[in-house]
Amino acid sequence: MLVAGIDIGSGTTKCVLVDGTGAVRGRGLVKTKADFEKVSREALEAAQADTRAAGDAVVYTATTGLGRYAIPFRDIQITDLTCGARGAVTACPEAQYVLDIGAQCSRAIKVREGGKVKEFHMNEKCAAGSGGFLERAAKYLEVTVADIGPLSLGAATPQAISSVCAVLAETEIINHVSEGVTVENILRGIHNSLADRALSLLKRVGLDGPVAFIGGVAQQEGMVVALREKLGVPVHVPDGPEFTAALGAALLGLQRYRKVSAPAAA
Amino acid sequence: MIFGAGVDVGSTQTKAVIVDETRRIVARSLIATGANVTKAGENAFVKAFEAAGLPREAVGYVVGTGYGRYKVTFGDAQITEITCHARGAQSLFPATRTVIDMGGQDTKAIKVGPDGSVVDFSMNDKCAAGTGRFLSAAADVTGVGLDEIGPLSLEAKSPVRLTSVCTVFVESDIMSYLAQRKTIEDILGGVHKAIATRTMSLIRRVGVEDEITFTGGVSLNIGMVKALEEVLGKPLNVSAEGHFMGALGAALFALERAQAGARGETVAVGAGRS
Repeated sequence: MLVAGIDIGSGTTKCVLVDGTGAVRGRGLVKTKADFEKVSREALEAAQADTRAAGDAVVYTATTGLGRYAIPFRDIQITDLTCGARGAVTACPEAQYVLDIGAQCSRAIKVREGGKVKEFHMNEKCAAGSGGFLERAAKYLEVTVADIGPLSLGAATPQAISSVCAVLAETEIINHVSEGVTVENILRGIHNSLADRALSLLKRVGLDGPVAFIGGVAQQEGMVVALREKLGVPVHVPDGPEFTAALGAALLGLQRYRKVSAPAAA
Repeated sequence: MIFGAGVDVGSTQTKAVIVDETRRIVARSLIATGANVTKAGENAFVKAFEAAGLPREAVGYVVGTGYGRYKVTFGDAQITEITCHARGAQSLFPATRTVIDMGGQDTKAIKVGPDGSVVDFSMNDKCAAGTGRFLSAAADVTGVGLDEIGPLSLEAKSPVRLTSVCTVFVESDIMSYLAQRKTIEDILGGVHKAIATRTMSLIRRVGVEDEITFTGGVSLNIGMVKALEEVLGKPLNVSAEGHFMGALGAALFALERAQAGARGETVAVGAGRS
């Protein structure tokens, strides 16, 4: 038997399948579209197609992310903070803080033992500091989102980016390009400025120990390096950081499934 | 005849205005700023004196303003756009005490003295909400022209509530409202309302005075005029020259200096009232 965790985010929808021992058996990712139920099914099918899932039946489904209430076939929905914290601590047991940077939202979480959320702070009001900023920057620098991380790593002298707003930064970036600043230096400058914003978010929850960096933006090596420079604490990135909240949802779903399916006497 | 010219190099568009001795506008020009800011200022100025049928030498003094004012290298002085908008607004509406300037990439609220001087101001240049950039993104997503969004917003029956005024998020917000089959009018009504409400907090920082003049490119948008009037609870002064208000103010300063120069008075070149 398998338990599914589905994270319907603003950019992508992720599904993680775990077995009865909590081991990951399949992962699937699709781009989020307006029909949340449809993309959730697609993510689930993609995870089931993963060879490790081997045709086992999904007995329980936990949803998280912004679309978590829109999935009629769910058994339970859990907030993305709870799922992100649980997934992060499972993958990086030494983490005391979680930084989650997704397409539209960035969050800093202080975790208690066992991966429970103790305190959190988030920016969901604007795209500054989120993956949306990077996505737009990639568009006007004419590189793909997948290229951002490696390019940024290759920067020799990062360009300071003063605009906080993702839209206003566009003009600034175009000016830098016309002045001959390299794409590498601009991208690293953006990573540095996002890292600054992440630091102020983490400080609000009292940053004083190791951080697990999760969410789609954690796939970008340049961002990880920028964070390591700014934060002054160890920064761990789990394997497949974009799946962390979905993993947390699957593990919490498994826990819940055991509780509801256990015989009353047990 | 003495003429003064004002060149307002904005983030999005560059405007030039030439005034004669009677402070009447004799020519105006408007071009996209583009990547070459220096060129934009020069081109707009050339277009303006050509439109006036004047030789370049006839223009006694040129004042540069706007974010690219220091790139107006052929100009005689630079003055901030805040000072120029206040002056321009006061020249057309002498009782103006508050100016709301919404441009391509920033928004300002300016408190103005009886002589058109700047008493206080508050500005948002950190976030694109409420700027022309925001509105053109809204126009793009809804698939209507920038000049149509204002009139359409006035047709809203039940304006939508936006979850955020971030330009990036508004695009996805609008797309999901479109998917829910909300009308474009209701979506645009919600967009204008959200921006007006947000701009109100900027205006409050300088205080809401009796007579308010709305300037900048966004003042041409009737939807924004009405939305601001609703949150302010009073009518706004709006002029067809709203877009040129900064350039007009700059041209008036230029005229004064040209006249002072013609009288043989020394003019402090480059020392703008800013």
